[in-house]
Amino acid sequence: MFSWFYIEGILILVGINLMVVLGLSLLTGFTGLFSFGHAGFMAIGAYVSAICTMNYGIPFYVAVLIGGIAAMLASLFIGYFTLNLKGDYFCIATLGFGEAVRLIFDNLQYVGGARGLPGIPLDTNLTNVIVINIIAISAMAFLIKSRHGRNMIAVREEELASQAIGINVFSYKMTALAISALYAGIGGALWAHYLGFIQPLMFQLTKSTEMTIMVIFGGLGSITGSVVGAFVLTFLPELLREFAQWRLVVYGAAVIIIMITRPQGMLGGMEFSIKGIIRFFRRGGSKKAKDTVNAAEKGGAQG
Amino acid sequence: MSVFLQQLINGLSIGSIYALMAVGYSLVYSILNFSNFAHGGVIMLGAYIGLYALHLLPNSFLGALVIAAFGAGLIAVVLEKVAYSPLRKRNAPSLYFIISAMGASIFLENLVIATIGPTFKTYPQIFNPVPFTFGNISVSRIDVLMFVIAAISLAILVFIIEKTKVGLAIRACSYSSRGSNLMGVNVNRIIFVIFLLGGMLAGVAGMLFGMKYTVYPQIGVITNKSFIAAVFGGLGSLPGAVVGSLLLGLIETLSSAYIASQYRDLIAFTLLIVVLVIRPSGIMGKITEDKA
Repeated sequence: MFSWFYIEGILILVGINLMVVLGLSLLTGFTGLFSFGHAGFMAIGAYVSAICTMNYGIPFYVAVLIGGIAAMLASLFIGYFTLNLKGDYFCIATLGFGEAVRLIFDNLQYVGGARGLPGIPLDTNLTNVIVINIIAISAMAFLIKSRHGRNMIAVREEELASQAIGINVFSYKMTALAISALYAGIGGALWAHYLGFIQPLMFQLTKSTEMTIMVIFGGLGSITGSVVGAFVLTFLPELLREFAQWRLVVYGAAVIIIMITRPQGMLGGMEFSIKGIIRFFRRGGSKKAKDTVNAAEKGGAQG
Repeated sequence: MSVFLQQLINGLSIGSIYALMAVGYSLVYSILNFSNFAHGGVIMLGAYIGLYALHLLPNSFLGALVIAAFGAGLIAVVLEKVAYSPLRKRNAPSLYFIISAMGASIFLENLVIATIGPTFKTYPQIFNPVPFTFGNISVSRIDVLMFVIAAISLAILVFIIEKTKVGLAIRACSYSSRGSNLMGVNVNRIIFVIFLLGGMLAGVAGMLFGMKYTVYPQIGVITNKSFIAAVFGGLGSLPGAVVGSLLLGLIETLSSAYIASQYRDLIAFTLLIVVLVIRPSGIMGKITEDKA
């Protein structure tokens, strides 16, 4: 039905989106901060890495890393000022940040302004996207399982209580934001080197929203969910090409339906693990046992 | 000097439209404590309803304006019932409200793109395009009209909130919705009224904006400006939203006149961050733990 070239392209896009979604998942799903500015971090990563490879001849991998680090530095700067803001104020601040970054690139003639930056070397391919993603997922899984990851979840659940038991809330929020921006910057850098052309219009608010929806669709607080979300929501639009105009309508409706029926997303809080699979098959030996597992899961989903 | 006065008038006229949007947004924030990111979609639909109403009633501008207001109000109410009410019943955290609002805004924008089309549409010429002139200053009629209609709409809103029984209940709910519920205020009904009023103002704003510029599905993006304006004034504060909007309108037009027009949005967003850092509660915001 589809040629391999086409599928390969989509898989590369999945990998790129997954990088950003993983970072956003740490921020939104695990630490409970909501960002509307991740397209801004992507833009920083994309532009910085593109300039590195084009104008300074820096090797691809190093350039991608520099792009990610540049985004991280920007996040430290913005986080230092805004992370003390509560709830919606932080949201709106990140929204302002994302738009400001886009408008700066829009007016920066050095990188082509609104016309965009063509001629970026096409270094991103399926192999290096997969390798980078495996590293990123493993690193994230280790982080989440560690003491720091649990502290972040504590911050999400009860900020005041975690402060009271001696967790430095601000520094954990900052760490989450920085790592999340690093991932978004790397994602943006990979994107730039996949398309060969970037322009500020590609990093609008809708891009941030798209990424957030992938996180939510997959499930808040689950790395597996992020992977599933990035896969499904990158492939789905491609399969629905013929209904191109209606697909975002379905998207929007789906977000509302998910929020009012299953706000934790498809795999909220659940993780894929080999142990879990063995347990699942052991319990699923008889049909009765399977039914009780299902019932338990349904009960849990409502809680 | 005449350039300054000219920009002052332009700023006030665009600022008054921002005020209509920001007040609707602030009303929802003051009661439900979340950012209604779907407000932009309601404004956009208001602009479209106004356009079609004007095709139906080509001679009655006011009739079309009323239809746009009620149409947008109805949409806002339906949105509340579908996207927020189930969450409210479950006492969901405000994060879920924001996500739901985002979904609603994507839904509305793309529904219009899919059904009506992504093209720009212009309002028919209703008013004499010749501007009023005072010496060197020329003021277009539509700018005056925008300012006057915005002022009247806001005056009606102030009357409702300050003088009527419903308004008293709204003020009580914005102070503490749980407390007013205990005192016998039907909070669900107040939320209905809030969304209706906010939606009606959004419809008026959308139609006026469409008349000055054009109508297109992404019109909701300008509501980002109304968020900024609301933050300037202090989230949840209605006078703050009006003052913040007028200020934002002035800053925008003055910066495009004296600095460079392409930096207009950049200056607005930078100011947003600066205000958030220096005084997160805005010019007139309440400095309380749960609102800040």
